[in-house]
Amino acid sequence: MAKIIIPTPLRKFTDNQSSFQATSGNVGEALNELTTAYPGVKGHLFDDNGQVRQFIKVFVGEDDVKDLDNNATLVESGTVISIVPAIAGGSC
Amino acid sequence: MTELILTEDARKVIIKDAESAYPHECCGFFYGSDDDKRTVTEAIPVVNTKEENRERRFEISAIDYMKAEQYADENGLTLLGVYHSHPEHAAIPSEHDLRQALPYFSYIVVSVKKAKTAAVLSWKLNDQGRFEQETVINQNNPFDVDVFLSSFNQ
Ligand SMILES: [Zn+2]
Repeated sequence: MAKIIIPTPLRKFTDNQSSFQATSGNVGEALNELTTAYPGVKGHLFDDNGQVRQFIKVFVGEDDVKDLDNNATLVESGTVISIVPAIAGGSC
Repeated sequence: MTELILTEDARKVIIKDAESAYPHECCGFFYGSDDDKRTVTEAIPVVNTKEENRERRFEISAIDYMKAEQYADENGLTLLGVYHSHPEHAAIPSEHDLRQALPYFSYIVVSVKKAKTAAVLSWKLNDQGRFEQETVINQNNPFDVDVFLSSFNQ
C-alpha cells in the first residue's frame, strides 16, 4: 500500500485527485496501477518505450528512485511515491 | 486570452525576488485558487539551483517542488505555477522555457533591466503545446475585501 502524490498539472487526468492509493509492492507496479486507473496520465508519465519521461522524476520519500532500485524499489504501507516534474528554463 | 488575477502581495514578492536576484534569474512558485477565476494570492521564492549561467538559466530542485505541492495541500491552496526572471531580456518565454513547460501551470516571467522590473507577463500552454499570453489583472488590497465581508457578515 503506497500513496502516490499526483503533481498539480496532471490532476486533470485523475479527476482532480491529488493522490492515489496503490496496493502494489514496488514502484513500477504502483505507477502501472495509477495509469490503469487513470489512462490519461500514461502519456504524460511514460515515453513511447514505457520509461518514465525525460523531465519527470519519481521519488520515494526524499530519494530519487534512480538512487534506489528504480521501478523495483520496494514500497510498503505508508510509503509516499511522488511524481516530480523537473522545473527549469532560462532567458535564451 | 485567459486571465490571471495577481494580488498586490504576491506581485510584490515576485518583483522583489526578481530585482534582488539580478543579474541572476530568480524563481519561485505561486499559489491561490482556480475555482472561477485563477487568482494568485501568494508567491514564495525558491533557490535557483543552477550552478552555472544563472544570469540566463534557472532550475528548481525536486525537493523544493515536492515541498511546494505539500505547502499547497496543507494550506488549502492550489499550486498555480512557476515564476522566474529574465535579466536584460524580454518577459517572453524562451525555447528552454517551452521545452520543460507543463500544461495547466501559469508561467509568470519578469523582465528585469538594470536591476529594475520592466515587465511582468504570464503565459500558459495551449492545447497545441504553445505558450499563449495571459491577461494579468493586478488586484489591489484584497485584504480590504475580506475585512469588509467579515464585518458585513457579523
Ligand atoms: Zn525563461
